[in-house]
Amino acid sequence: MGDPLYADGINAAVLLIVAAKVLIVFAFLMVSVLFMVWFERKVISDMQSRIGPDRAGPWGLLQTLADGIKLFFKEDLLPDRADRKIFHLAPYLSIVPAFAAFAVVPFGGTISVFGHRTHLQLADPPIGVLFLLAMSSIAVYGVMLAGWASGSKYPLLGSVRASAQMVSYEAAMSLAVAAAVLAAGSLSTRDIVIAQEGYRWNLWVLGVVPFVIYLIAATAETNRPPFDLVEAEQELVGGFHTEYSSISFALFFLAEFMNTVTVSAVAVTLFLGGPNGPRIGFLPDLWPVVWFLGKLLAFLFVYVWFRATLPRFRYDQLMDLGWKKLIPLALYWLLLIAALRVGRDQGWNAGVVLAAGVAVGAVAWAALGAALRQGETVQASVGEAAT
Amino acid sequence: MGYLDGFRITLKQMWGDRVTNVYPDDKRPKPDRFHGRHVLNRYEDGMEKCIGCELCAGVCPARCIYVRGADNPPDEPVSPGERYGFVYEINYLRCIHCDLCVEACPTEAITESKLFEFSFTDRQDAIYTKAELVVGDDGHPQKLPWEDWRPGDEQHTSAWVRATAPSGSAAYEGRIGWSGELGFGVRAAEKGQTAESDRASTPEPAPKRGRR
Repeated sequence: MGDPLYADGINAAVLLIVAAKVLIVFAFLMVSVLFMVWFERKVISDMQSRIGPDRAGPWGLLQTLADGIKLFFKEDLLPDRADRKIFHLAPYLSIVPAFAAFAVVPFGGTISVFGHRTHLQLADPPIGVLFLLAMSSIAVYGVMLAGWASGSKYPLLGSVRASAQMVSYEAAMSLAVAAAVLAAGSLSTRDIVIAQEGYRWNLWVLGVVPFVIYLIAATAETNRPPFDLVEAEQELVGGFHTEYSSISFALFFLAEFMNTVTVSAVAVTLFLGGPNGPRIGFLPDLWPVVWFLGKLLAFLFVYVWFRATLPRFRYDQLMDLGWKKLIPLALYWLLLIAALRVGRDQGWNAGVVLAAGVAVGAVAWAALGAALRQGETVQASVGEAAT
Repeated sequence: MGYLDGFRITLKQMWGDRVTNVYPDDKRPKPDRFHGRHVLNRYEDGMEKCIGCELCAGVCPARCIYVRGADNPPDEPVSPGERYGFVYEINYLRCIHCDLCVEACPTEAITESKLFEFSFTDRQDAIYTKAELVVGDDGHPQKLPWEDWRPGDEQHTSAWVRATAPSGSAAYEGRIGWSGELGFGVRAAEKGQTAESDRASTPEPAPKRGRR
């Protein structure tokens, strides 16, 4: 296992190939952000019967570039009460995990470069999925410290919301990801992709539930609508990046869209079979990359579709959905899948296992409902006592 | 599945019509009686209509018009009659385009075109002088280099505004209510004008507009 590139020891050629791969991934992410901003603005304006950007370049393709250049030439303001060091550090804490997470995403098959076989993937560590989860957790720090270091009330409120939201949905997302890990029996992203070959995509192998939970939790993790309470303009001005301007703001903006791309790429890897697709004899190395990009694009479209369709959640609705619905459901589904797998390995009757699982689920659901109702009653009585 | 209906609607919109007007390239047609930049009209023989009476300046609620009359030079008269508008200035930073100057003018000298998008870099530029307001030798408004004229903007500069004046009332039906004008000649009387009392029963047929 692991990348065959390192099998014959490490020499200058290997280092060069790795450097080239780093460059390619970096360039791909930058371009994908430029594209994603344009794509989102175009699609959402289509859905709102508007035209969208069409001035800069053909179909307005260069609009993001123009906006970026504008941002870079603006004054970088530092609020009076800001914590100078952390204020400048925060955008980087936000963008580095966004970049790093993409390193473990396989975006193509195995190719030969100058006599060396290598995966089209920056790194294939045996703990790839853990790395992904770690990166998405670290991304919270950027947001949190940005709000804290700004020395201003709206950024602080925005960052408190962000931390709470990201921590809450992290659990549901991890459980959904764990289901995919369970199916492949490995934490390596490439193994997960290989396990899905032949259209045994986790999307339907695991039942659609983990995919849907991942989709919702990932939307919340990236602070995209309908979970964009972090930067709810009507309530918090700009949210955690209110006080940021110029390059620092550009980095946050970049990180946000890069997170969207990365999270979509991870979803494609974990649930949609990554670069798997119909094999075509002509240019065999190219097609996996095309399938990967196609799936990625479809996923990004779904994100934009969400934004065009769904209104923003209220804060308590967000927390209710995360804690009372998604986490119990994800946990139950993981246990059900685990039970089915154990049953298959032990040679038990699948129907009996399924029936038992559903029965346990019904009991658990009833117990959870009772507990929640009890909690509400207690809360109401406490509220009455207070008034 | 009420939750998913919204997704269908947004997706359907992708192939629908766009409501956006690509503004500077493509402007919406303006109403016939639009109030825009003024013009100072001339008679068919080229004489100016303005007689320097200052009624427009007097009626202007924004006080944006400055007029000074002077006696016509006997050998080379500017307007038929005794006096002419010697100075005529309109400050477009103050003008509210209420059209009261047009109503007040006894000789139909001042009327409004449909050009309304002004853009100045200097307060002095906002003051249009007589040299800029007077119509050209073809009877049409001068298309000044900094102005963005579109087809139709100079049409009906005077004919339509007159319909709200006394000569536009039912008592004047069939009579020509305005004088000959350079470039336009004597206009035909407006059709279909009814008295205020029977307007409710027989509504005026709406003029056809060039809608896209």
